[in-house]
Amino acid sequence: MNGMAGVSRRQLLGSATALALGLALTGCGGSSGSSSGVDENGVVTVSVNGMPAKTQPEDRKDFEELVKQFEAAHPKIKIDAREGQMDPKTFAAKLAGGQLEDVYYVYFTDPAGLIQRRQAADITKYLKDVPYLDQVRPALQDVFKGPDGKIYGLPTGNYSLGLVYNRALFKKAGLDPDKPPTTWEEVRTAARKISALGDGTVGYADYSKNNQGGWHLTSWIYSMGGDVATQQNGKWKAAFDSDAGRKALQALHDMRWTDKSMGTRQLLEIADVQKMMGSGKLGMYMAGPDNIPTIVKQFESKYDDYGLAALPGTATLGGGDGFMFNPKASPEKIRAGLQWIQWKYLNPDREEENVKKFSGLDVPIGLPQPNLFDGAAQAKNDAIHAKYANVPQANYQPFVDRSDDVAVKVEPPNAQQLYTILDGVMQSVLTKEDADLDQLLADAAKRADSVLATVK
Amino acid sequence: MAGRPLPTSPARADARDRTPVRNGAPAPAGASGPTAKTSPDRTPVPPAGPAGRGGAATARRRRRVRENLVAYLFLAAGVICFALFSWYPIVRGILLGFQQVTFAQPAEWVGLDNFRRLFEDPLFLTAWKNTGWFTLLALVFGFAAPFATAVVLNELRRGKAYLRMTVYLPVMLPSVVTMLLWRWFYDPGPGLFNNVLDVFHLPAQQWLESENLAMVSLVLVSTWANMGTTTLIYLAALGGIPGELYEAAELDGASIRRRLWHVTIPQMRFILMITLLLQVIGTMQVFVEPFVLTGGGPDDATVTVLLLLYRYAFVYNDFGLASAMSTVLFVVLGIFAGVYLRLTRSKG
Repeated sequence: MNGMAGVSRRQLLGSATALALGLALTGCGGSSGSSSGVDENGVVTVSVNGMPAKTQPEDRKDFEELVKQFEAAHPKIKIDAREGQMDPKTFAAKLAGGQLEDVYYVYFTDPAGLIQRRQAADITKYLKDVPYLDQVRPALQDVFKGPDGKIYGLPTGNYSLGLVYNRALFKKAGLDPDKPPTTWEEVRTAARKISALGDGTVGYADYSKNNQGGWHLTSWIYSMGGDVATQQNGKWKAAFDSDAGRKALQALHDMRWTDKSMGTRQLLEIADVQKMMGSGKLGMYMAGPDNIPTIVKQFESKYDDYGLAALPGTATLGGGDGFMFNPKASPEKIRAGLQWIQWKYLNPDREEENVKKFSGLDVPIGLPQPNLFDGAAQAKNDAIHAKYANVPQANYQPFVDRSDDVAVKVEPPNAQQLYTILDGVMQSVLTKEDADLDQLLADAAKRADSVLATVK
Repeated sequence: MAGRPLPTSPARADARDRTPVRNGAPAPAGASGPTAKTSPDRTPVPPAGPAGRGGAATARRRRRVRENLVAYLFLAAGVICFALFSWYPIVRGILLGFQQVTFAQPAEWVGLDNFRRLFEDPLFLTAWKNTGWFTLLALVFGFAAPFATAVVLNELRRGKAYLRMTVYLPVMLPSVVTMLLWRWFYDPGPGLFNNVLDVFHLPAQQWLESENLAMVSLVLVSTWANMGTTTLIYLAALGGIPGELYEAAELDGASIRRRLWHVTIPQMRFILMITLLLQVIGTMQVFVEPFVLTGGGPDDATVTVLLLLYRYAFVYNDFGLASAMSTVLFVVLGIFAGVYLRLTRSKG
């Protein structure tokens, strides 16, 4: 081998490593096949996400414990639990690379698109074996129903938007924290009084960035009795260029520019507003009940500081989350996944045991939502929650009291695209004093029509 | 400003390696003369005699291959990496532009459908206009600022190293940290800038919330964050301008301004042109600033090409449309890259 005479050992090793690395990189990917997932002992391994991150050690420990309990009760199923949820940034790549979990977490905004793009498995024929499904609220189940009438997932959480408010600031501004506003006019008055406290205090804040402005404007329009999109002769059209739309914009415009009760900083998103609330600088903002524990935990404040009122007006936007199934998952995996979801998330039988344990931990019990069931199952759950409540339920009574008067409406089709368009409307109103509201609505409606034309 | 990171672009790496040296004037005597660097594979070869001509040539060829084997192996690794992580995604991306993809089903060919939908989107034009506006503004601020800084730094007698580091410091900050820092600067309430304006009894500005100011504000952030790299390139180039030229100019009684005009700028013309082109290529891909600071607002005033592309892909999950958009961007940037290559080649 004198051909290698001039080549030192180290050089050779180096190039060999480089080549190997290159080959290894080409080799990876496509490793996870789409087998049935059943081993020789008949045990199905099903991968699920929704496991809390390591940064939430308590929640994670609890989750892991539940996995063990479930596996003990179901010896033929093994749960491969993973962190995270349906993240649009990685979803397609995971699906393409065969890395998507068999059962994946979604928000209510996602199912329609996922079904349309056939990125979720049809689970209709497996559902007859799922206990208590007949008591899960039909409106929530409908979110996972395709235009073909088939079912592609199960709901496991829900919320509707109300008003989260700072009870301490209410008192300071001479407002009664037990009687929060029930009309937008009252919201406006309260916001003015709170911002009059000065010292950077903001009466009411709202989002206007990264599609969250459009999300909230939708709820504003619902509350004014309007709609964002409606179906006419089978075709979707924008519906927000209406009286309701104009009223919503006018209310926002007046609070921002006439009363100056919305602060000067705009282009906010949820994290900004939660921070304002957590630091005691914000009077009210539109949010679901689940925001309260987030603020309390993140900013180490107290549950007593926050109240929750129903959204003024006649309707509010509701959303939630649930689980869908990998389109490539085998029937065995789908069956196993359904058992896990039912056992973990839709299980009135386990509620008391769960709640009892959680009430001693850092988990809030007694928030008004989620309400997944109707009828007997929900009544039973409510009684258990009231018994073990560790949050001041009285603070949320204004929300509960009016919940029958405020209809919960779901998000429009192609929600994210519409939210992008409505983001712009929200931004204009909150950043331009001389914004032409009619023009804004008309322009946005034209763009929304072209987005809605693609809805199948 | 030209220092917008483009880690995967080969053109970029090329520029970083070459430009300072190429334009750098003759380095200290002896370092690079024709005698100092003689190609090792040339000198040892003895002139072959007429008799053993063929045999010697084969042997020489064999030796060359042998000597270069390691080089080829190393090269192969690089080529594989590039093919995998640069070229394959580019080709795949272009193909995706002509398909409807869901990754759950086999991709469907849809011809020019995605492009038609792209051109029909009213935001498409807005995004290009905004991007053009950003690029133009970035040239005004980001092209002049590092040059001026470099010239001033070069003239300093003391504290040069310290100031050079200070100028470079922002480049080392992770861009999201930079954005959050500037978000506080721009905050219309307790923000730094409005407080400063207040000291001088000037009216507070809506830095990010005003349609007219938002883009300028983004360019300022971007300039601040990236000018360090360009300044260093200019400094290197300035250091390479022969001192005799300045001495001669001084002897002729040229003022600082005239020296700058007649010596510095002509000597740096080539490198200025290159950084200009790289900056155009870099700033056209602006994304982090609008994404973090304005989300494209107010009223779409800061929606850029890349931000729109991101929305198509990751908010709407429409990879076909996003790929069509990136193909259009690829072609436009390709034109600038072509000009860049031609310039560097003709100079070389």
